[in-house]
Amino acid sequence: MPGTAQNNKTAKMNNNNRIAIDIRPATVADSAAIVALDAEITGTDKSAYWTDILERFTDSAMRIQRHFLVASSANDELVGFVVGEIRAWEFGSPPCGWVLALSVSPQHRELGIGSLLLDALSVEFKAAGIATIRTMVLSTDKVNLSFFRGEGLSAGPYIELEKRLD
Amino acid sequence: MKLQKASRYALYAVLHLASAPDRQHSTAEIAQEYGISIHHLAKVMRTLVRSGLIESVRGVGGGYRFAGNVRRTTLWDVIHEFESLESDIDSPDALAGTAEIVISGLDSVNSEIDGLIRSTLDSITLKTLLRYGVENLERGV
Repeated sequence: MPGTAQNNKTAKMNNNNRIAIDIRPATVADSAAIVALDAEITGTDKSAYWTDILERFTDSAMRIQRHFLVASSANDELVGFVVGEIRAWEFGSPPCGWVLALSVSPQHRELGIGSLLLDALSVEFKAAGIATIRTMVLSTDKVNLSFFRGEGLSAGPYIELEKRLD
Repeated sequence: MKLQKASRYALYAVLHLASAPDRQHSTAEIAQEYGISIHHLAKVMRTLVRSGLIESVRGVGGGYRFAGNVRRTTLWDVIHEFESLESDIDSPDALAGTAEIVISGLDSVNSEIDGLIRSTLDSITLKTLLRYGVENLERGV
């Protein structure tokens, strides 16, 4: 059933050992850990932003379209999260699944946790009949660009345009 | 975009070595495999060794071995050892009037294109590129 991701996964460690990773839907109780993880990675505290996202993405009425999944380790430490939403007809696009955010704790990189999160989100999208996932990454963000390319994403048919309003 | 010969040969060599990091290949083997000049490739290999992307292995059966990380090294990491890929409009230094407007406009377009090319090449790791090749062949592309 869409919107009910609950999976016990294992992530591969560099020494070929594996650690147990639980992928589950986020709850408002995850708010502090999500804010802290994002702040650790971006250097900016966005408490209001993530509180708003969590409220909107954990609304059961929207569980087919909106997904906020978290990855936690065996000791229940939140080590990553992914946010995705199915949107239709913006920019003329047929329905597709947007990956709005994906973060993994710097101490838990290179274990495949990002792949597990993206896979879990893709399962939700596919269950809703979505055939394409899409995201947007800063052109100089080599780490995230190469991650998504490694997951099979490549340049799509749209080009982002912007203008400074001086 | 047209890569210089040295960049193309470097990509052939690095990707070939990266496809089997535990194995070593001689310049002659790689040159023969891709049908390219062994003399030109030998110069390219020396630059790649200096850059740390590959290492030479001495002794019987010696040759070269990939020395980087296939999940981290990007196409740009290889290419920029040989060229900057920055477009250059060959124009006089002192321009005025319409000529200055035209050249300035073309410079901004070139800059946008250069940024896209650089971003694309710097986001594709050797591992991803090799996977593209396998998938293309499996799909018959």
